[in-house]
Amino acid sequence: MRILTGNDLRSGAVVWWNGSGWSLFVDDAVDVGDDAEEILAREEAARRVNVPYAIEASIDEAGHVRPAHIKDRVRALGPTVRRDLAVPTADKTGWDWVI
Amino acid sequence: MGNARDLGTSPDEVQFRFRDDEPVDHGTVTVDACCDQTNATAVRIEPGDDARLILPFLYRLALVEVNFPVFGDGRGYSAARILREAGFTGELRAVGDIGIDQLSHMRRCGFDSFAPDKRLDEDAARRAFATWENVYQRAADARRTIADKRHEA
Amino acid sequence: MYRYDQYDQAMVEARVEEFRDQARRRLEGKLSEDQFKPLRLMNGLYLQLHAYMLRVAIPYGTLNSRQMEALAMIAEKYDRGYGHFTTRQNIQYNWIRLEDAADALADLASVEMHAIQTSGNCIRNISSDHFAGAAADEVIDPRPYAELLRQWSSFHPEFTYLPRKFKIAVIASEKDRAAMRLHDIGIRIVRNDAGEVGAQFYAGGGMGRTPMIAPLIRDFVPIDQMITYAEAALRVYNRYGRRDNKYKARIKILVHELGAEEYIRQVEEEFAHLLSVGVEPPREELARIAAHFTDPPFADGPKTIDRSDPDFALWVDRNTHRHKHDAYVSAVISLKPVGGIPGDATADQMRIVARLAKLYSFDELRVMHTQNLLLPHVAIKDLKAVWTALDAAGLGAPNMDTIEDIIACPGLDYCSLANARSIPLAQRISERFAETGRTDVVGELKLKISGCINACGHHHAGHIGILGVDKKGVENYQLSLGGSEAEDVSLAKITGPGFDEDGVIAAVEKVTDVYLAARADGERFLDTYRRIGMEPFKEALYG
Repeated sequence: MRILTGNDLRSGAVVWWNGSGWSLFVDDAVDVGDDAEEILAREEAARRVNVPYAIEASIDEAGHVRPAHIKDRVRALGPTVRRDLAVPTADKTGWDWVI
Repeated sequence: MGNARDLGTSPDEVQFRFRDDEPVDHGTVTVDACCDQTNATAVRIEPGDDARLILPFLYRLALVEVNFPVFGDGRGYSAARILREAGFTGELRAVGDIGIDQLSHMRRCGFDSFAPDKRLDEDAARRAFATWENVYQRAADARRTIADKRHEA
Repeated sequence: MYRYDQYDQAMVEARVEEFRDQARRRLEGKLSEDQFKPLRLMNGLYLQLHAYMLRVAIPYGTLNSRQMEALAMIAEKYDRGYGHFTTRQNIQYNWIRLEDAADALADLASVEMHAIQTSGNCIRNISSDHFAGAAADEVIDPRPYAELLRQWSSFHPEFTYLPRKFKIAVIASEKDRAAMRLHDIGIRIVRNDAGEVGAQFYAGGGMGRTPMIAPLIRDFVPIDQMITYAEAALRVYNRYGRRDNKYKARIKILVHELGAEEYIRQVEEEFAHLLSVGVEPPREELARIAAHFTDPPFADGPKTIDRSDPDFALWVDRNTHRHKHDAYVSAVISLKPVGGIPGDATADQMRIVARLAKLYSFDELRVMHTQNLLLPHVAIKDLKAVWTALDAAGLGAPNMDTIEDIIACPGLDYCSLANARSIPLAQRISERFAETGRTDVVGELKLKISGCINACGHHHAGHIGILGVDKKGVENYQLSLGGSEAEDVSLAKITGPGFDEDGVIAAVEKVTDVYLAARADGERFLDTYRRIGMEPFKEALYG
């Protein structure tokens, strides 16, 4: 699947396109298919997101969204060396697949 | 290429000007043409041009335009200072991709006229030109530096 | 140390307001990200992997307790309670909100600090020897010259849109503790035979994807022409540095492509011209600045150390450095606890360090290019009390210049440019060597880890260097040997094919095995490598 991510303009927080807005949680990300460019242009112009881009991802058996590239997996969870600062998520297995 | 006039900006495109004389409205030529031609009075410097090539002709130049095709290419700042250091007193016009945040540094390097591709907000520009009440370095504007002021007594 | 006067203070305050206006215009949509990016970068604000990151300058690495307390306050007020000290005497905060950034800068300005030109294609924070003003071996304190350069380079109207970033280091000893020749310009303050002070210039060094050692470009610039010469060197670079390819835009490429001789010729020509124009600050300005750097009131006292506590004695051996006054030492505060994140300090630790500086080091602190902190002037009689307090705060690791004293960039845990993580490697290697007791046995061994080719972790200059690369989406690590950032500067050479994370840790152990088996009396790892060459190491790794 193809999902969208970027950073919140004001806070800088990593955000994911959930179909109607930007969520802090990667599991909220939705498949945008061929609409990526259009959504990216519109959302960036409206300053609802900063430097957004489209990435490949998949959904695992438990329904968690897993970005294909290691960099976006780290972005989804937080620094692997400061797990105390991780993005709060229900996905307890997150750290098992990030690297 | 069109005729020589096409190269330059017209006085109408100049948004800020810090001179009292009449704006120059002559045909503006390239650095190469300026060196070959004997009667050009206005020249346009591109980022890759060596500003020093036109120093022998400064006596007849009334206008030098320095083009900034992208604001991040800072070669024009050196070109401007080189011309002023050589004694050029004519109009030195910055043209191209110029934003609010480049104005004060350009002014310090000796530009006294500005023709941005996109017109700038007048108030914001006025604030930008006045941002730095004091300056650390000597530059083309001959302002007294902070160090000069510290030791003037 | 240097204190701002009304002018310096007004400059940083004006800059805060300028940035506040720029950030507001960005939030209102009057500036696009493309337009805003160079402006925020010139105020040290990056957009990193997880958030905005603010890089704050600590000019030539010197700060006082009040400033360190302010850094702690900023970590808590605007960030998540910690900061990361870098190899260029900066501190980075990883979680700053754009809408708070101007307030954070205003708080910094209130203690004479700033984030000016800590990024962007401009002249960056001027770095220096962390032992400046304390070392027994220096010709003169280099910091007044660094401060003169700081003022000259701040908001320089001609050099704000250079082809690429520009880093300057200033030292004043034969020993190089600032990686001076791996800078765009390296300056060594020297005395000539007549006893006059001058500046020796090196240009075109750097790390990154094309590491180069800066050649000497002028042996002696009279000190009252130093700024003029720097201006000439920068002008030639601004005019002729490559702008067609970001990866070839640093001055090292210009110097390399022109040849040092031709670059020198052009600089000399520009220098002669600028001397006639007159751009040097008035001479009295250097004297005014230097008056800020007079010695604190050192007092005679005991010169011997009670070494009956072996833990203390080890720390003294490892972490203290000879001071120009024999009743004092400089004491390194390690930010490299075994298993820790190199260079990170919590707000509480910063406050403890600030308190110790106030009590025991004439209110002075330094940030070292090795990502440690330093109390420059500790009386020998106070050393035990200092160590006891540091140890209690987790800041007493006795490991300066050992394999535990690893330089590591933030890597893929924080950095949007990184290809692989650096920090976990540093953590595991320091744990491994501490566990096996190898740290002691191996002695001086500078290990440096970068998470990408940009080389922020100085891997080219490591006795052992590790470079993280992306191998089809998986972290992979290249090992290199034989680099040095010091006066015996050299660039490390790659051993061969890369390793995975476990593999590279094993490889580091293997190369230290080779060293231990081959070393002659008193040889450091680097000395042995230089004597026996790469082959025995390759053999052990791949044979």
